[in-house]
Amino acid sequence: MILTGKVWKYGDDVDTDVIIPARYLNTSDPKELAKYCMEDIDKTFATNVKSGDIIVAEDNFGCGSSREHAPIAIKASGVSLIIANSFARIFYRNSINVGLPILECAEAVEDIEAFDELEVNIETGVIKNLTKNNEYQANGFPEFMKEIIDAGGLVNYARENWGGK
Amino acid sequence: MSMTMVEKIIAAHSGKEKVKPGDLVAVDLDLVLGNDVTTPMAVNEFKKIGFNDVYDKNRIAIVPDHFAPNKDIKSAEQCKIIREFSYEKEIKNYFEIGEMGIEHCLLPEKGLVLPGDIIIGADSHTCTYGAFGALATGIGSTDMAVGMATGKAWMKVPETIKFTYTGKLNKWVGGKDLILYTIGDIGVDGALYKAMEFTGEVVDNLSMAGRMTMSNMAIEAGGKCGLIEPDETTFEYIKDIAQRDYKVYKSDKDAKYIKCYEYNVSKIEPQVAFPHLPENTRGISEVGDIKIDQVVIGSCTNGRLEDLRLAAEILKGKKKAKHIRLIVFPGTQKIYLDAVKEGIIETLIEAGAAVSTPTCGPCLGGHMGVLAKGERAVSTTNRNFVGRMGHPESEVYLTNPAVAAASAIMGKIAGPEEVM
Ligand code: SF4
Repeated sequence: MILTGKVWKYGDDVDTDVIIPARYLNTSDPKELAKYCMEDIDKTFATNVKSGDIIVAEDNFGCGSSREHAPIAIKASGVSLIIANSFARIFYRNSINVGLPILECAEAVEDIEAFDELEVNIETGVIKNLTKNNEYQANGFPEFMKEIIDAGGLVNYARENWGGK
Repeated sequence: MSMTMVEKIIAAHSGKEKVKPGDLVAVDLDLVLGNDVTTPMAVNEFKKIGFNDVYDKNRIAIVPDHFAPNKDIKSAEQCKIIREFSYEKEIKNYFEIGEMGIEHCLLPEKGLVLPGDIIIGADSHTCTYGAFGALATGIGSTDMAVGMATGKAWMKVPETIKFTYTGKLNKWVGGKDLILYTIGDIGVDGALYKAMEFTGEVVDNLSMAGRMTMSNMAIEAGGKCGLIEPDETTFEYIKDIAQRDYKVYKSDKDAKYIKCYEYNVSKIEPQVAFPHLPENTRGISEVGDIKIDQVVIGSCTNGRLEDLRLAAEILKGKKKAKHIRLIVFPGTQKIYLDAVKEGIIETLIEAGAAVSTPTCGPCLGGHMGVLAKGERAVSTTNRNFVGRMGHPESEVYLTNPAVAAASAIMGKIAGPEEVM
């Protein structure tokens, strides 16, 4: 799958409380959550983000709570992909489970600036910076996780593989 | 072949003789947990999986604690979804208002978390149960849904970091200070994707409450879990309440750790984590003059009887400063009642505290003590992120209950010896 979009750039330790503040967690409606996405660090994000846009951040993206509302709010706001140096553990698995692609690539994070245009092949992990005319290689997913993504998320994977009862 | 505690637990739950860090495996779950924020979404996903029943009615725990007793209509609707689901699926461990408490105080008290377990919880502080030698870790709503349906989860075997604490604890220093100090040292991603193992004579001498405080904050260092080897203290705690059989796993002497840290605790004084990250820690003597508006004592980190007792010891016969709002929220109904019987609640109320029914309430800026713009709180909770307790321009300083109580009296951040 090839994704193209404009970059929203953030720093280290973007936590789940700023991705979607707890005061909005009395709902789980994705569209409602998207309205407040990133509100506490970037008031311009929710109103200006366009479908396909890409978030690029530094270390430990998504640290904090286990709220799946965080990747869901980001996904519902139109973001197609997050690239970071590293992700917090729970955010990482939640993203895979809800089908929001994420890539780890320090080389890309260092070079990419806010509002650059990217073209990303999430199968091969090749990230092209169309603004700067540079290219970076991200780590791919391990086989097991690819199977979950290919199944269309954990729910489908579990139905097919852990059927049981 | 030698393995760490976590590796042994994962191997045993995935039908393998041996696992090593990096392996991806499917594990059988002993308990699946959710709360009123994460469970509604899980109920939705559960329906999509197409299963009629949960995998085991006795191995699911659902606790409405974040916005409960309901703070508004939306949260009432969320709680209604999980209540109806729990009744329909005959979930044994659904805890209604009046029986409930903050999930991570409640489940241990009910004997639902035991040594050697694998527990997933749709709440990041599920790692608290590592204090019992269980592999307990936070996951999201989809994992919870699949866990409820199949009793399984996918897991990557983490590398383990060992933390050894030796020496003699200073007065007023406890589990909270040890873990804050550790996070201050290694940073909020210092244990990213890793299992933390807490050991050494100091940990051996900690009560279960102190151990739970430490394991509770493993996530604040990015850890997958934070384990402590079960011992007599553990067995004493669970002996009359354990709901199931359990098995004890210990790390082999020659197990491989990715890193080892050793701390001589005699150098550690009560810790304060400054805004806006738990890693911004300083010793109480280096804090300076910081005026505050609110003090919060409670939460899954420090809302146990021992914590309330400590706060009462400091506040006995004294009053909070006039301008301070002192809010105390006990972890569970049992803790609340025990504190009433011991006279702790009386002491706290006489000191000017507002004592709340068990709820997460102020900890996540939900209700019962939300901060306004520019306000500062000292809190015994576990996170001080931007906007965690209310307005994005408010501030939270994390401390142990003794420092919080002393700060309430002084109206600024203060150590216990300043008021004793
Ligand atoms: S007390 Fe705070 S940290 Fe603990 S479960 Fe509740 S909201 Fe989360």
